[in-house]
Amino acid sequence: MSVIDQKKIRNFCIIAHIDHGKSTLADRIIEMTGLLTSREMQAQVLDNMDLERERGITIKAQAVRTIYKADDGEEYMFNLIDTPGHVDFNYEVSRSLAACDGAILVVDAAQGVEAQTLANVYLALDHDLDVMPVINKIDLPSADPERVKEEIEDVIGIDAEDAPLISAKTGQNVHEVLEQIVKKIPAPEGDPEAPLKALIFDSVYDSYKGVIVFCRIKEGTVKKGTPMLMMATGAQADVVEVGTFGAGQFIPCDELSAGMVGYITASLKNVKDTHVGDTITNAERPCAEPLPGYKKVNPMVYCGLYPADGAKYPDLRDALEKLQLNDAALQFEPETSVALGFGFRCGFLGLLHLEIIQERLEREYNLDLVTTAPSVIYKIHKTNGEVIDLTNPTNMPDPSEIDYMEEPMVKAEIMVTSEYIGAIMDLCQERRGIYQSMEYIEEKRAVLHYHLPLNEIIYDFFDALKSRSRGYASFDYEMMGYQRSELVKLDILINKEEVDALSFIVFAGSAYERGRKMCEKLKTEIPRQLFEIPIQAAIGSKIIARETVKAMRKDVLAKCYGGDISRKKKLLEKQKEGKKRMRQVGNVEIPQKAFMSVLKLDDD
Amino acid sequence: MCSNWMMTDRELELYVHIPFCVRKCAYCDFLSFPSGARERKAYVDALIREIESRKENFTDCRVSTVFLGGGTPSVLDGEDTARLFDVLYRNFTFTENPEITIEANPGTVTAEKVASWRRSGINRISIGLQSVNDDELRMLGRIHTYREFLDTYSLVRDAGFDNVNIDLISAIPGQTVKSWEKTLRTVAELAPEHLSAYSLIIEEGTPFFDMYGENQDRHEGDHSDWENSRKSTDALPTLPDEEEDRKIYEQTAVILNEYGYHRYEISNYAKQGYECRHNLGYWERKEYLGLGLGASSLIRETRFHNTADMKKYMDAFSEGTPAENGCGEEVESLSRDEQMAEFMILGLRKTAGISAEEFRRLYGFGIEEVYGEQIRRFEKDGLMTERDGMIRLTPRGIDVSNYVFCEFL
Repeated sequence: MSVIDQKKIRNFCIIAHIDHGKSTLADRIIEMTGLLTSREMQAQVLDNMDLERERGITIKAQAVRTIYKADDGEEYMFNLIDTPGHVDFNYEVSRSLAACDGAILVVDAAQGVEAQTLANVYLALDHDLDVMPVINKIDLPSADPERVKEEIEDVIGIDAEDAPLISAKTGQNVHEVLEQIVKKIPAPEGDPEAPLKALIFDSVYDSYKGVIVFCRIKEGTVKKGTPMLMMATGAQADVVEVGTFGAGQFIPCDELSAGMVGYITASLKNVKDTHVGDTITNAERPCAEPLPGYKKVNPMVYCGLYPADGAKYPDLRDALEKLQLNDAALQFEPETSVALGFGFRCGFLGLLHLEIIQERLEREYNLDLVTTAPSVIYKIHKTNGEVIDLTNPTNMPDPSEIDYMEEPMVKAEIMVTSEYIGAIMDLCQERRGIYQSMEYIEEKRAVLHYHLPLNEIIYDFFDALKSRSRGYASFDYEMMGYQRSELVKLDILINKEEVDALSFIVFAGSAYERGRKMCEKLKTEIPRQLFEIPIQAAIGSKIIARETVKAMRKDVLAKCYGGDISRKKKLLEKQKEGKKRMRQVGNVEIPQKAFMSVLKLDDD
Repeated sequence: MCSNWMMTDRELELYVHIPFCVRKCAYCDFLSFPSGARERKAYVDALIREIESRKENFTDCRVSTVFLGGGTPSVLDGEDTARLFDVLYRNFTFTENPEITIEANPGTVTAEKVASWRRSGINRISIGLQSVNDDELRMLGRIHTYREFLDTYSLVRDAGFDNVNIDLISAIPGQTVKSWEKTLRTVAELAPEHLSAYSLIIEEGTPFFDMYGENQDRHEGDHSDWENSRKSTDALPTLPDEEEDRKIYEQTAVILNEYGYHRYEISNYAKQGYECRHNLGYWERKEYLGLGLGASSLIRETRFHNTADMKKYMDAFSEGTPAENGCGEEVESLSRDEQMAEFMILGLRKTAGISAEEFRRLYGFGIEEVYGEQIRRFEKDGLMTERDGMIRLTPRGIDVSNYVFCEFL
């Protein structure tokens, strides 16, 4: 395929509710288009990070190019662009969709249309994508494809009459999907001769090639030597290589022209220069204006990350630097805690992003971490007129210096079936949500609009939403700026000493409740020691909650004779190991997991 | 039985394991199982061959104690026991007045066996009683009642044994401070020379583990919720709660002291002069040779044990195949650091404590140089005291001895 006819290109993504078979279908398409043999197929080729495969979620957008010889005898180039499925990465999703011309909607033949199905379809329709429904899992005994077809038509309002009925697992009828991709998904448009205009939908760092930019060429052509300009960041570099995506590999080619999806390398050393959503143009012959929709992604959630073993601080720094090469949204700067020593205050897109980074540090870099409670960015208006952005509760000025504080708010849209509306409204109420409006999108489904403080949703809002709606609620939010609020810093004192790593900022009205829960939780996490340990929650000098860890009274091995000695030594060694994983704060030993246990206070 | 042709200072203790019992108790995780008479005979044959194959390495040793443990060694018939001791006496050199103990359980002891034990030179009997309360005995899975224990005790006394230990278990399910006090006083009235009083440890792989699971660590957490749910869901007797457990534990030393028993180790009490020499040897790191299935040894600063697989053991010591150390497993040779750590954690189990002078004699360092920092800290916390060159745990130190021992590893 040396000369690519634009008419023979299909750029698409697959959207689905979780577990409806998105990745399996992607695997099958890649396999059946002959790019890989069955033997080469590793399950779920697209998700190539271990973590993704384990969690069954897609974190970073990925793309793959396959060649399909259709029944009409022609060869088509398929670019399948995978999208992450979590609200933290919503912006990345929207950029991935912007790189496509159509979307395959996968719906489970037994479960039918679900919350995420809708949210994803609307997202795709927002990007003017043609949505092509596919009904999957027809091999299940409980499959009811006719009912699901009707649902798709009634609820979503798209024609599902000739939706292929498939089993991605067995491969049944997947051929029909391939044919429909050819027939139903439009070929890209765009003038290869126009000034270069390409959308960045992802970028990765490779130690040999440097930054690799994933892009969709909207107009013009790019090839080796093209002087490219990132229109938002202003970064410039000459193109070193262009190419398309094999499965898990890069296939260089001569040029990428309008309509194509591929990668570009240049001698860029930092992914920070290549923001997702930015437009690439030719520095010598720039396009008139960039593609719409670019947003600089800023961290919204901050927390402290500390190495469990203080000596690993340089390793943690190196690891964060390496991760940042691939993840422009990750930010970090050094900080010091009395309780935890040297570490970093890190900024994330959301809690999932935080968890993913934490897990990658632990798995890929073998680091044992202690994480402090996440915080949003508060604006503190001081009496002297100064305004500071507070990302670490420890840095909160004395209340006497504070005029007032503001916290970030989000505009939330929650889609839910009617039977759970009450439960979800209660949840929003508890989280200080302000009701805006509600509209029914069809008989049994409504969208709730709320304004919510960001700090109420960064912990476990998503989990609570799912559990209270049995998975039927979907949730999206966007930032809507700051709002004045009554906020206080809650400190935790262990054995009368303030533990800085446990301090956090909380709405004044929730302080008692949270303080009490923190103390209760810490009581269960801190093992008994030789003396009694009071655990207190305080606002300023006022104690608002208290628990006590009773003194250890008995810790003794009754029997130790000739046959037991080796085993008893091992028991003591294990106990000693446990002590090593503790942090000494004053004369109290606090297990590292106690610092993290306070993240999940609401799991009742 | 002592041949004095070779004078030597190298002292050796012998432990002989009899892995048979009538029925496993609900809390027992020892290597032990029911057996037939033929199996027992074959096992004693193998033991004899093991003794004969190992004796060569110990010709310079003098055996000061023998402990025939189990299981229930008293399930062996008199003849097998006698054969075993004959072989021991023929193959090892003994000190004068060795301490020779057999463990016996009520329900397996006859006048004929007791008489035979005396003829074999056994001079100390350790009887497993555990409780004087028949409900508690049943719950523990014991095969005997208190009445039956008394019969055994009389048999032993009548035969002239003047050094008897009784084993008791505290903090068992359903036990109260009151029932434990009754057990202690009833047994102390009998005036055995020695008493062992253990807090129940719920070991993995026992029926108790399935029933009481991992919530056994009464002392390390608040399990009141769990206890309550137990009460409401089924009829299993509950483990004593923390307060009860604590009282039971504290009461033991106080009550036994009233009857003239002194605590000489965490769980062991004796009348003056009747401390168990064999067990003291473990805590003083004397050399010991374990004979029989799964038996552990400490020889020349190396810890190892025999296979716990009966078939392998029988094969190793079957007729015609001399297998010298043929089934030693998990050989752990102790560095000087490990020896010093053991010196501390084993020696401090004894209420007499450890001698700083002996530490220097053995390891060439002052104890202060090696463990000074820990000792200072524990003294400050009231867990340890030092007097007349002996370092010992305070009663509070004994209560939290694991916490202390960890710091010496």
